[in-house]
Amino acid sequence: MNNNPIFDRIEQELNENAVVLYMKGTPMFPQCGFSAAVSKILADHGVKFKGIDVLMDPSIREGIKQYANWPTLPQLYIKGEFVGGCDIVREMAESGELRTLLKDKGVLS
Amino acid sequence: MAMEADVIARMIKEAIPDAEVTIEDLRGDGDHYAALVVSSAFHGKSRLQQHQMVYGALKGKMGGELHALALQTATPGLAS
Repeated sequence: MNNNPIFDRIEQELNENAVVLYMKGTPMFPQCGFSAAVSKILADHGVKFKGIDVLMDPSIREGIKQYANWPTLPQLYIKGEFVGGCDIVREMAESGELRTLLKDKGVLS
Repeated sequence: MAMEADVIARMIKEAIPDAEVTIEDLRGDGDHYAALVVSSAFHGKSRLQQHQMVYGALKGKMGGELHALALQTATPGLAS
């Protein structure tokens, strides 16, 4: 599993960016309602994040699913750690857990 | 590219035998579902792990045949 070259590219993105959203489309022009929802939640929290459009690269689209052992997109990563997809991020936003996590990870002050 | 709700429920129960599965067909199109899965097997697991167990039960259907399944998991007694 670790010799998948796509995983190196993913890990490089996660090292270079504190908050990464693998999504369909871009934060400005999401191509899927779930990706739009998570983009909006992050924006509402005042978080700067890097959106990676998996529609531009089929190898990343498949690779990220294997990387997280997670079958769907979007996928949110904070400080290199997989947080969840739309359902989990939405629940965490509503309960306040997301803000706590962002603070604990030093993304929000 | 659609799955019947009872097929989804059966696959989850095969993998997580004590699961109580409630499925709602959100648009009536057999393609956009919401599922609540309650099981004691979720005890001590993170929400991420709980969802991974359900996705595992669906054996690759999620993200393929099954396009949209809004998932909520809980342990017995905690379900709202």
